[in-house]
Amino acid sequence: MAVLGKEERKVLFDPLFNNNPIALQVLGICSALAVTTQMDKSFIMCIALTAVCGLSSLSVSIIRNYIPSSIRIIVQMCIIASFVIVADQVLQAFAFEISKSLSVFVGLIITNCIVMGRAEGYAMQNPPWASFLDGIGNGLGYSIILMGTALVRELFGAGKIFGHVIFKTVNEGGWYNPNGLMLLAPGAFFIIGFMIWGIRTFKPDQVEMEG
Amino acid sequence: MKFLKEIHDKQHKALFAKGKPLEKLYPLFEAHDTFLLTPDEVTKGASHVRDGLDLKRMMFTVVIALMPCMLMAMYNTGFQAFTAIEAGALPLNDWQTSFYHFLGWDYDSSSWFGCILFGAIYYLPIYLVTMAVGGMIEGLFAVVRGHEITEGFLVSGALFPLILPATTPLWQVAMGIAFGVIVAKEIFGGVGMNFLNPALAGRAFLFFAYPAQLSGDKVWIAADTTVDGATGATLLGIGALEGMEGILASGFTWMDAFIGTVPGSIGETSVVLCIFGAIVLIVTGVGSWRTMAGCLAGSLVMALILDGVGSDTNPMFDIPFYWHWVLGGFAFAAVFMATDPVSSAFTDKGKLIYGFFIGVLGILIRVINPAYPEGWMLAILFMNMVAPLIDHYIVKANIKRRELRYAEK
Repeated sequence: MAVLGKEERKVLFDPLFNNNPIALQVLGICSALAVTTQMDKSFIMCIALTAVCGLSSLSVSIIRNYIPSSIRIIVQMCIIASFVIVADQVLQAFAFEISKSLSVFVGLIITNCIVMGRAEGYAMQNPPWASFLDGIGNGLGYSIILMGTALVRELFGAGKIFGHVIFKTVNEGGWYNPNGLMLLAPGAFFIIGFMIWGIRTFKPDQVEMEG
Repeated sequence: MKFLKEIHDKQHKALFAKGKPLEKLYPLFEAHDTFLLTPDEVTKGASHVRDGLDLKRMMFTVVIALMPCMLMAMYNTGFQAFTAIEAGALPLNDWQTSFYHFLGWDYDSSSWFGCILFGAIYYLPIYLVTMAVGGMIEGLFAVVRGHEITEGFLVSGALFPLILPATTPLWQVAMGIAFGVIVAKEIFGGVGMNFLNPALAGRAFLFFAYPAQLSGDKVWIAADTTVDGATGATLLGIGALEGMEGILASGFTWMDAFIGTVPGSIGETSVVLCIFGAIVLIVTGVGSWRTMAGCLAGSLVMALILDGVGSDTNPMFDIPFYWHWVLGGFAFAAVFMATDPVSSAFTDKGKLIYGFFIGVLGILIRVINPAYPEGWMLAILFMNMVAPLIDHYIVKANIKRRELRYAEK
């Protein structure tokens, strides 16, 4: 017996390209612009968000039948906030430098539309295992776009990948003239735009109808 | 000529028509055909009267209006470099200057031919790279999307080199125009659909991506001005530090700035030639006098306000409006950039408002924001974005007015 059935595989892998939370639903853009100047920073951010998203969807799904509908958003918020605090504490304990450079953005996972959207849109109607996979899957979809953006930004903005020098910049005696726009937030905006363009070229069904 | 045309038309039928092997490349053929010869296609069905002023002639008028600025661009690039060298700066150690040296001419600012030759060696490669890269991208999109290549790019491609510093590296020129054409134009559907000015978008990209080559005191003159006693600052750069006194002490007069023999971007220094361009554009009806008048009025109002407010810490406040008009890229921006018919407002009243706020914002950025010594690029890009909104409200107001008139009867 396979661990993942057909349905579960769809829940886990669909958010990667077919229903990507950033590229198709255009959620979570603000952290995608803010933390993607360096790859290690965005890597940690991706792990934190994927963990929070998976675990909060799991928890919300477990108690979904006991949550009164009138206060469900508050309850989801409390659950998500608890996980975010745990994630933040773990980062401060084991990866203090990165945690410092991510500053408020770990805390701001609470307001990340993707986490909230999955809890409200999927976990409230579905059993725990599927909800957990859905949360992880969306976290991975977010991670793919983030790591792609960070790769382009760090490589062309600073000539590095994960802090290792790939193109030696002019200031350090090399040949590469770094592109300053990549380090500014609008640079990430353009990159994500180009990624959406690319994905929609290969999957034309994602193109929105005009008018 | 006729012989050539016959060969060409035959090729059309044999190779590029629908169903023939090179059908996909028809846009390239068509561009070439209409540019150099006359297409053999005629209107099918009932004929209709058309104005002789089509996109092609419109674009060419702009290029003609730009010609004096291009010539001045070459002359002034050489003149500035030679003046700086005579004042103690060193010739640059790049292939352009080496080539000029190789041709056996002296660095002599009184020789107008030497100045133009030196300037041409800097300007023409930038122009050619712009045309080649931009044209290639345009052609690629035309082939893939099956639309025709239009002359719109001739204008963007002529404007773009003129607003760059003479020392811009050629690979940056290529990246800038590629960004301008792809992001500001092709993404939105090509010529006529762009809401931003492609040339300005390309320059904005370079300005933020490579500030070291696009701003500061060392890039405007094609000579090494880092040595003692030489200066490479533009008048605006001097003004930002020392205000009006600094500008007057720099040795440049108002007349110099008006005629354009001052350091700056390649082709935007000469106000008098921009006025010539403005006259050509207005007389032929290609450029809107409303937009230009709006820019003039907006900058006048803002300059007067800032002059009246005054400031103890920012010397730029004291620059009077008639100096603002001859400094930096104001004239070029107002005449050639703001009037771009696609990205500006469409309604008559809208053009006045659009131009007015370009004037206001441009002076505001120039004087108040220390990070941006010149404001027209950002002012025009910003107003490009607002232009559809202005039009929307002008049209709405018109509808409302007429509804009321109808209701009264």
